[in-house]
Amino acid sequence: MEHIRTLNTKSLQTTVKKGGCGECQTSCQSACKTSCTVGNQSCEHK
Amino acid sequence: MSLIHRYQSKDLRIVLDINSGSIHLMDEVAYELLPFMEEGLSVEETVSRLAGSYSEDQIRSAWSECRDLADSRMLFTKDIYEPAIDAYTQNRQPVVKALCLHIAHDCNLACRYCFASEGEYHGERALMSFETGKKALDFLVANSGARKNLEVDFFGGEPLMNWKVVKELVGYGRSLQESHGKNFRFTLTTNGTLLNDEIMDFCNREMGNVVLSIDGRQEVHDRMRPFRGGQGSYERILPKFLRFAELRNQERYYVRGTFTHYNLDFSKDVLHLADLGFKQISMEPVVAPETEDYAIRREDLPRILEEYDKLADEMIRREKEGRGFTFFHFMIDLTGGPCVYKRLSGCGSGTEYLAVTPAGELYPCHQFAGEEDFLMGNVEEGIQRPDLVEKFGSLNVYTRPSCQDCFARFYCSGGCAANAFHFTGDLKGNYEIGCQLQRKRIECAIRIKAALSE
Repeated sequence: MEHIRTLNTKSLQTTVKKGGCGECQTSCQSACKTSCTVGNQSCEHK
Repeated sequence: MSLIHRYQSKDLRIVLDINSGSIHLMDEVAYELLPFMEEGLSVEETVSRLAGSYSEDQIRSAWSECRDLADSRMLFTKDIYEPAIDAYTQNRQPVVKALCLHIAHDCNLACRYCFASEGEYHGERALMSFETGKKALDFLVANSGARKNLEVDFFGGEPLMNWKVVKELVGYGRSLQESHGKNFRFTLTTNGTLLNDEIMDFCNREMGNVVLSIDGRQEVHDRMRPFRGGQGSYERILPKFLRFAELRNQERYYVRGTFTHYNLDFSKDVLHLADLGFKQISMEPVVAPETEDYAIRREDLPRILEEYDKLADEMIRREKEGRGFTFFHFMIDLTGGPCVYKRLSGCGSGTEYLAVTPAGELYPCHQFAGEEDFLMGNVEEGIQRPDLVEKFGSLNVYTRPSCQDCFARFYCSGGCAANAFHFTGDLKGNYEIGCQLQRKRIECAIRIKAALSE
């Protein structure tokens, strides 16, 4: 493309069918404890 | 509301397609025509609107590229998740998979901003007994359903004031693994004052992560994190943390600080920690009522947002020079991040995640510990307040009114319920200062990825 460069991302729509196993880390068990940060966590099944 | 979030930073024009998570870097003409396209204008109408600034050819070719992205569901994607989340939250088995074990409601520091009131959490000083901890782990295993990975964070107060019990509980947890088909992931949060080689060795064998509390520059740290006698703790802990981080090969730990109204130039504290050699750094804004002198105030926001930008610039520079470091709040996993269920249903407090006090009482999370209205039960009898489980279970992005038009909702999952409650009196409320900072951090995180992708 001439005008646009797209970064490589995982499409959220595709996770609707396969997601929801709940095995990933609880967000407050990482380093926050006073905020809620899930966007930086990883899926256990990537 | 708009289906995209556009922002410019330096020479980057960044477009986030909110509902697909796609991220596009655009030139000026493509960036400028997006609002017209979203409004439903035709290409001809858009050409006439932008005619003074760009040639017709430029506008038409940029239009066509945007159209292609929209056709590929990477631009102006609609939010299709609400029914899925409803079904997910209604049908899911109520399992517990993570505990915050308040192994010591006592602390040898007197940090001024401590939400645990110097470790006591509105109650008496107390240490958790092995018996109570054991029952907590039994409760976790018994209520974890099919979940394999179980998380236990040793928290306080200062957990090393009850180290013997920590070790015994790790041993007990390990003894349950095989027979129950579980895998315990232990973590520890510590102020570092009592760390020694024996403790570090044990943690390096057993703890998946350790969180080491340090606020940055010595004067900043010592102002907020003194011993009970008033003397600073920086010099006592720093050598231990440096050694600990090295022993862990600079992985699976965070040095974690809190910044307050007194160090709004907190990027200097983050860089201080990076210059000392730490590679995994977290620095959180203090959460405190505005009546406290150190609280973050609304008028501090422009300054803080600028600091985040400064920090992002410096991180990009260092990364390009091969001496980068991780900043927890700028971490974003674009290709392997969590599924929409995780992104929309929040931290799991009060459902999947519970806090356990030294006496074995269960609370929705560590920030509610000691608040009687939120006492959910205890490790012997289990959950006694299913109404609270239901209440917390119903929290998601769609049940929080202020999340509906926020581009960041897939990254914070509706924010912290404790902050919402403590600032607005409503679990579904929003802690506006926290939201503004969260949005900025996400913009910075994406911008760093974009800048490093060139």
